Amino acid sequence: MSATFSRDWLLSDTPSSRRQAVWGQRYQAWLAFRRNPLAMGGLIVAVAMLLLSLAAPLLATHDPSVQNLGNRLAPPSAEHWFGTDELGRDVYSRILYGGRITLGMVVAVVLLVAPLGLIVGCVAGYAGGFLDRILMRVTDVFLAFPRLILALAFVAAMRPGVESAVFAIALTAWPPYARLARAETLTIRNADYVAAVRLTGASAARIVLRHVTPMCIPSLIVRVTLDMSSIILTAAGLGFLGLGAQPPLPEWGTMIATARRFILDQWWVPVIPGIAIFVASLSFNLLGDGLRDVLDPKQR
Amino acid sequence: MKALAASAASIPITLFGLVLVTFFIGRVMPIDPVIAIVGDRAPQDVVEQTRAALGLDQPLYVQFVTYVGQLLRGDLGRSVMTSNTVGQDILTFFPATFELATTAIVLAALIGIPLGVLAAVKQGSLVDQAVRVFSLIGHSLPIFVLALLSLLVFYARLGIAPGPGRQGIVYQDMVDIRTGVLTLDAALAGDWGAFWDAVAHLAQPACVLAFFSLAYIARMTRAFMLNELRSEYVITARAKGLSSTRIIWRHAFGNVAVPMVTILALTYAGLLEGAVLTETIFAWPGLGQYLTVSLLNADMNAVLGATLVVGLIYVALNLLADTLYRLLDPRVR
Amino acid sequence: MLNRRLLLAASAAAPLAPALAQTPPGVIVMAKQIDDIITLDPGECFEFTGSEICGNVYQKLVTTPNSNPSQLVGELAESWEAGAGGKTFTFRLKQGAKFSSGNPVTAEDAAWSLQRAVILNKSPAFIINQFGFTKDNVAQRIRATDPRTLVMETAEQTSLPFLLYCLSAVVGSVVEKAAALPKAQGDDLGNAWLKQNSAGSGPFMLRAWRASDSVTLEANPNATDKPATRRIIMRHTADPSAQLLGLQRGDADIARNLSDDIIKQVIAEGKFGVHKQRKAALLYLALNQKNPNLARPEVKQAIKLAIDYEGIARNITPNTWAVHQAFLPEGLPGALTEKPFSRKIDEARKLMADAGLADGFEMSFDYASTWPVSDIAQAVQANLADLKIRLRMQPGESRAVITKVRARQHDMSVSRWGSDYLDPHSNAETFSINIDNADDARNRTTAWRSSWLIPELSARVMEALRESDPEKRAQMYIDIQREHQRTSPFVIMLQEIEVWTSRPGVTGIDTGPMNDRNRWKSLAKA
Repeated sequence: MSATFSRDWLLSDTPSSRRQAVWGQRYQAWLAFRRNPLAMGGLIVAVAMLLLSLAAPLLATHDPSVQNLGNRLAPPSAEHWFGTDELGRDVYSRILYGGRITLGMVVAVVLLVAPLGLIVGCVAGYAGGFLDRILMRVTDVFLAFPRLILALAFVAAMRPGVESAVFAIALTAWPPYARLARAETLTIRNADYVAAVRLTGASAARIVLRHVTPMCIPSLIVRVTLDMSSIILTAAGLGFLGLGAQPPLPEWGTMIATARRFILDQWWVPVIPGIAIFVASLSFNLLGDGLRDVLDPKQR
Repeated sequence: MKALAASAASIPITLFGLVLVTFFIGRVMPIDPVIAIVGDRAPQDVVEQTRAALGLDQPLYVQFVTYVGQLLRGDLGRSVMTSNTVGQDILTFFPATFELATTAIVLAALIGIPLGVLAAVKQGSLVDQAVRVFSLIGHSLPIFVLALLSLLVFYARLGIAPGPGRQGIVYQDMVDIRTGVLTLDAALAGDWGAFWDAVAHLAQPACVLAFFSLAYIARMTRAFMLNELRSEYVITARAKGLSSTRIIWRHAFGNVAVPMVTILALTYAGLLEGAVLTETIFAWPGLGQYLTVSLLNADMNAVLGATLVVGLIYVALNLLADTLYRLLDPRVR
Repeated sequence: MLNRRLLLAASAAAPLAPALAQTPPGVIVMAKQIDDIITLDPGECFEFTGSEICGNVYQKLVTTPNSNPSQLVGELAESWEAGAGGKTFTFRLKQGAKFSSGNPVTAEDAAWSLQRAVILNKSPAFIINQFGFTKDNVAQRIRATDPRTLVMETAEQTSLPFLLYCLSAVVGSVVEKAAALPKAQGDDLGNAWLKQNSAGSGPFMLRAWRASDSVTLEANPNATDKPATRRIIMRHTADPSAQLLGLQRGDADIARNLSDDIIKQVIAEGKFGVHKQRKAALLYLALNQKNPNLARPEVKQAIKLAIDYEGIARNITPNTWAVHQAFLPEGLPGALTEKPFSRKIDEARKLMADAGLADGFEMSFDYASTWPVSDIAQAVQANLADLKIRLRMQPGESRAVITKVRARQHDMSVSRWGSDYLDPHSNAETFSINIDNADDARNRTTAWRSSWLIPELSARVMEALRESDPEKRAQMYIDIQREHQRTSPFVIMLQEIEVWTSRPGVTGIDTGPMNDRNRWKSLAKA
């Protein structure tokens, strides 16, 4: 099978199977994407960060939670590459492990939000009528909240922590997905091929799941990638206000919050996690931007 | 027009949902609101008296009905933290946020739109890429890091910007509050010293917020402009030999202006949120700070009131964007 | 073309920064976290910042000098005496004290102010109510018999120093009746008006308070002691770094909440003045006795021996919290300064083994997620891990922690306790009285909150309260504290130190163990 994945096979003008056509399209998109150096840079950095966090136990030079009160706020050195924090813990190791938490939160939010938004939007768009109105009203209510404020209120109501932060961000992040999926569905639902499927007697659920949702996925992917950076920023913002992941967890936003008071003299302690957040967020933004150019030609 | 009326009619329902959600969030908080009011040391009988006086011993749905009843009479209740009515508080705190957000959006538009146009005209060039990177950086930096760094550099190290707060000490309590928008009040009073002082204090947080929202504005301008530049009439105009400056600004941009108003309205709504963190760092006494502090103090009337106002502004701006779009864009009409 | 416009805008912005080299003359600016203020009515005020402001706006019958915080001296009263039976007390007011309105301070004002506090029954009212006053009897029991004489009748026999210490709290402030009462809304006795206005005889008067923004005070032209500065402004500055910046840039004269690491830096540089004051406030771990493991005497002592007090104080809070291990903090009468506990991990492990818990156990640990408590909590977590006690960290907003501890739902928590008034009874009561351990008990002291039932110790505390000989009384408190260290479920760790950092030229900083004793009267700058 791998033999068939040749360049010629992929770029063939006359695909002989549906599979070849699909893969050919994907390959074309990839070629277009690869021509964009910024987007490629974003992809490489994002993947690298994910890999670094996954490999944290192998790469860390210290235990991220071991304190050494006698060696607080040490500047970067051969022993501690990024210095030590306010409890004498190794910042380099904490950044690596922190990536697991911060990026893990992002992944968790996306996994919660994208399917939920997709389903709500597709169902509303496909069903129309009363159900559509109810679902869209609920969406509007959540859209009417400023995101950070709703997340703040939710976290305060539950209890500050990673789980509440993920839940709160997810709760505030799904409505745009629902809106998007609904809009896409509205354009698809009267398309000829959907009508054809309906004629074959397929159930509404099957139509939505098998034929409507897949069509929404490209624009959804773009949206998700672009949203990742704003999820990182919201999570960091919650951490900064003391409502996100809690110490001693090395979440990046929380690290900035606890080290913020050293900004004047031991500036590297808050700035290094700041750079980590910035790099992660920028790479997702560049990636999303590039993907949009490729997958969503309407927006360019 | 019919669609517009329908979306206007849905506002009360949206707002009701907003009140419902906020109310129940407030009531399940792990902080006893009575403790927030009478303090930790109060004897048990005072605690219970206060609980009864506030109706907090009633079932939740009764409390909700009571609250909505008060709300319909325009009564937002009293804030524990400031001891004023929440209505008064909002009138005090909102103008500061309004001043900050408005300045920021004007700055962002003044910089973001030309950048977007430039990027579109020079599509694919180095300029285009530079604009993209510049605006994406603004969108990727956590706003609180940007604010902290900006204070560190411009206030602490270089000393060219004033510190946190809305006013210098010299002018503290010296300007009569009329509109609550300090720059305007100082100008109305003819106190130019106070005016420039207020402007100087406004500049830094406004720039931070503007940098944050610039990305979206520049990005959308670029996309809209590209659409226009590819359209037939631009090609025709070019063929007729019209100068390209004239084509870009007169013709293409004229059409882009309409959807851009929508984008600006939505960005403005988003600024209210960026203001929460910015206000905290710049000690800006606005609605964002009011909300955060009351939330941390379990001051539920204040949280509900402020959230409702912010939500209302959000909804109103969305509706406004919608209306403008429908009214101004001939294709939709 | 557009670029030119941009450049113009940018160059126009540059001269907009009139960098202030210094605060205006005659004005002292304090950068401080003031978002704890919820009222400035002395009959209601109980918060740190509010108490300090009330202490400079109002005067009490008696007070304590900061040179010797246990000595009682008259502020508005020139003399006092206890009647036979120890239930009637007569105060004679000084001549010549005036309110900011210019009217003389009379015994009627003093009586009304105390009655008012009892009738309003706000948070601090219990300090006066504990002498048996209620809103029904207070008009007869506290009364002015002539313009300079005030008579007070307590329900039970009362030791004079205890009464006087309580009257020296903020709630004992004297408010001008003729100024406040006409502003009353409904039956609030001027409560709403006094939140934004003042009617006192202290060196300053309130000009404006804007929540989470600023408080402005002006010299009281009619004060007996004229202040050295005409205007004091407290500016809310949440961030300690921003407070230091304000100091460096000359936007503030005094910074009040610098963090420990910044203070260290400031001391090293030697450019600013650093003034330290021990406060009547403690940081302690509370071990809930509802948890059977924590109820074991060996476990309580093992935890006390596992904490690295010195390491925490030296590394995390060298300037803002000092090691202190008894419930009466230094500066209060009867304070015990012995420090019997230090980190002795082998001894602690042995105690755990004696309790049959050599393999430790797991429990939750509630703490406020603010600095320095969160750092200290993490150090405690690391210390107790050496006893194989595994802590589930439960950080929360401080009021959420209080709510949980009040409901006795915690295992272990770390809390801060600030004394309500200067008498040793304030702390002795909360840490060592609990005679009714029922869930609906009336008196929910700190001991009750940790479910520590102690009828005998409670009786000894009440006996000490009634003792009239000051020396004997102090000795009784010393004995109670030693017993407390041996048996209590409280690991008292640290005492708070308040630090004022000031620009050169600022003089007259005068601070005391309670916030209302931070006196601004002689505060001045060159």
